[in-house]
Amino acid sequence: MAAKAEHTGAPSAPPRPPRVGLFVTCLVDFVRPSVGFAGVKLLEDAGCSVEVPKAQTCCGQPAFNSGDRQDTKLIAQQVIRAFRDVDYVVVPSGSCGGMIATHYTELFEDDPDLARDAEDLASRTYELLQFLVDVMGVDAVDANFEGKVTYHDACAGLRELGLKGQARTLLSSVAGLELAELADTEVCCGFGGTFCVKYPEISNQMVDGKAQSVEATGADTLLAGELGCLMNIAGKLQRRGSAVHVRHVAEVLADMTHATPPIGEAAGESPPELEAAAAGKEA
Amino acid sequence: MQPTSHAFKENAAKALDNQQLQRALGNMKQGFIVKRQKAVDRLPEFDQLRDHAKEVKDHALEHLDFYLEQFEDRVNSQGGQVHWAPTAEDARQHVLEICQRRGAGTVTKGKSMVAEELGLNEFLESHEIVPVETDLGEYIIQLRGEPPSHIIAPAVHLNRDQVEADFRKHHLQFPPERALSEARQLVNEARTVLRQRYLDADIGITGANFLIAETGATVIVTNEGNGDLTQCLPRVHVVIASLEKIVPTLEDATTIMRVLARSATGQEQTVYTTFSAGPKRAGDLDGPDEFHVILLDNGRSAMLGSEFQDMLRCIRCGACMNHCPVYHAVGGHAYGWTYPGPMGAVLTPSLIGVNEAGHLPNASTFCGRCQSVCPMHIPLPKMMRHWREREYERHLQPLPARTGLKLWAALARRPGLYQLATRLQAKAMHLVGKRKGRFGWLPLAGGWTRHRDFPAPEGKTFQQLWAERQRDRDAAPAKDQPAE
Repeated sequence: MAAKAEHTGAPSAPPRPPRVGLFVTCLVDFVRPSVGFAGVKLLEDAGCSVEVPKAQTCCGQPAFNSGDRQDTKLIAQQVIRAFRDVDYVVVPSGSCGGMIATHYTELFEDDPDLARDAEDLASRTYELLQFLVDVMGVDAVDANFEGKVTYHDACAGLRELGLKGQARTLLSSVAGLELAELADTEVCCGFGGTFCVKYPEISNQMVDGKAQSVEATGADTLLAGELGCLMNIAGKLQRRGSAVHVRHVAEVLADMTHATPPIGEAAGESPPELEAAAAGKEA
Repeated sequence: MQPTSHAFKENAAKALDNQQLQRALGNMKQGFIVKRQKAVDRLPEFDQLRDHAKEVKDHALEHLDFYLEQFEDRVNSQGGQVHWAPTAEDARQHVLEICQRRGAGTVTKGKSMVAEELGLNEFLESHEIVPVETDLGEYIIQLRGEPPSHIIAPAVHLNRDQVEADFRKHHLQFPPERALSEARQLVNEARTVLRQRYLDADIGITGANFLIAETGATVIVTNEGNGDLTQCLPRVHVVIASLEKIVPTLEDATTIMRVLARSATGQEQTVYTTFSAGPKRAGDLDGPDEFHVILLDNGRSAMLGSEFQDMLRCIRCGACMNHCPVYHAVGGHAYGWTYPGPMGAVLTPSLIGVNEAGHLPNASTFCGRCQSVCPMHIPLPKMMRHWREREYERHLQPLPARTGLKLWAALARRPGLYQLATRLQAKAMHLVGKRKGRFGWLPLAGGWTRHRDFPAPEGKTFQQLWAERQRDRDAAPAKDQPAE
């Protein structure tokens, strides 16, 4: 917590750039690395030095929410070790961020040493936009996005971390972007991790309702900060034959929408070179 | 009531296909949410009241034995009688004994979820005693032979035209050409039918929202006045309540009332708040000759001291189900027993066993909206997760899911191997899926692809690309490296 105060106090003249460990999340790592690189760019633009510890895989939510406490604890300890040395842990996902920041401490209630470590990690862990706005004091980004977007407040970020205004603050600075708020933006999309495959019919009813709300906004792109929900909603919109595109909010804020087509869409005529963006050649 | 919670999936599938139900659920969704929010917005101290209400109930639960005995003493000293019922069967026998002793033929009932838990109507009928539900919603579902689908709005799964059809079918004493399409007309007709039933009844049974230890009073909150007629007109009043309804003082009860109605229906207070404290005394103008309180345990005391103790704070406002997207999708009957929605997903396995009710705590996305509106700050998702832990420990989940999870966890704990595996899989899926950008079908992922597409991975994993970036940077001059 001391480190937080140090950097929020005078971001203009820090003794050194804050060391941020990016917790990539398993979905971003596997399905959409662009989101991770968008996060890296936003963090570097904000003056952070970004590291990506190799010993990370997943935050443990699938085990935690399936009742497998033992494996969850082992995975949590792995994350705690991997991010021991950084000032902050930043996560481009509210649910993985919420897992680390709010649930890890519950796991070690009977082990004071591990509980202290979990507490320490929790106090340094932020969701990406939360970190940019609340810790680094970023209130505008240098990005262009022509179009009308709508925004889904994914549940864990909203209710475990209290995310709400951060995305709107930053999106309002994107040139060309118009935000049309989504009716029922705080209603779950039906993803729920393993829920969507354990109870597919119920999940389908939920995501169908979400897709209809998205279509009703007249927006051409849906944004959110949670890849699982985005994959769920994108998959439903596409199955419905909808023309609405879906992206992670970080891609728009980092001005990296050119680097990759929207979620679930094929690359256009001039395929963007993700590797080029990844290699940091864009600046 | 015979539970069907084990068949939650089948129940849910039927519910999703039931157009009438879907229409009713569509109508109920917004009403409760908007009204609650308005009520909360009108009361700036609402959150402080929630904290206070929680403290009251936590204190009562910590000293449950003390307050229950205090309550019993007060009831006795006021000429009433408390009957302790460790099990549902004990409670049913207490009711039966009272009914038989009084030679009761008809019993009127105020709305009581505990009576539903006991399957009381069925039980009384099997002993040739006629139970008459007097709450409008309960009356409607009794005509239909259905259990309630919601703890405060028992007939919320029905549409007005369905109720009209039921009344026309059952109320043959009225002219068939009568107008009955408006809510007002339906209410008036039910009222006309029920009025005589109140007068005919030998015994009135109500539930209780609160049992007040310091006064020995039981309290119900209602909106139709049926509870008052149920308990004032017959010669015997029987209150059936579960033991966690106890609060120490009158003030405690009124504190919780301030969050109860707001959370439930968005009212500041219900239309009627009725206190019952014993039979008619000498000099009283009115009141029953006998006053009985049946205190039901039925598994609750076993929750004390467990990770499910917080659930005993529940005041049955229904806010959790009113805000639950799963409840909105399938309605209350799919949950297969008395208590639906998030509170049912925690309480039902406690009361009838996780073997029967194992689906309920799993059928949640953990969106957390229930907890965010719970006036008693019950950590519902956390307790559903505790049930999943119990199921996991007892190997109750399906074997393929369990095995899959174990394999995944073993991989997730070996970052090197994990990264190799994900790299290969991402590449393979990218190659197959890149032309369309997504998959309409994937092996072993039918639950996903039956209803939605799955995006093709971009090709390389983030870890792979990051390693390449670091390598490039190491090879390049150090000028654009971040300072160490």
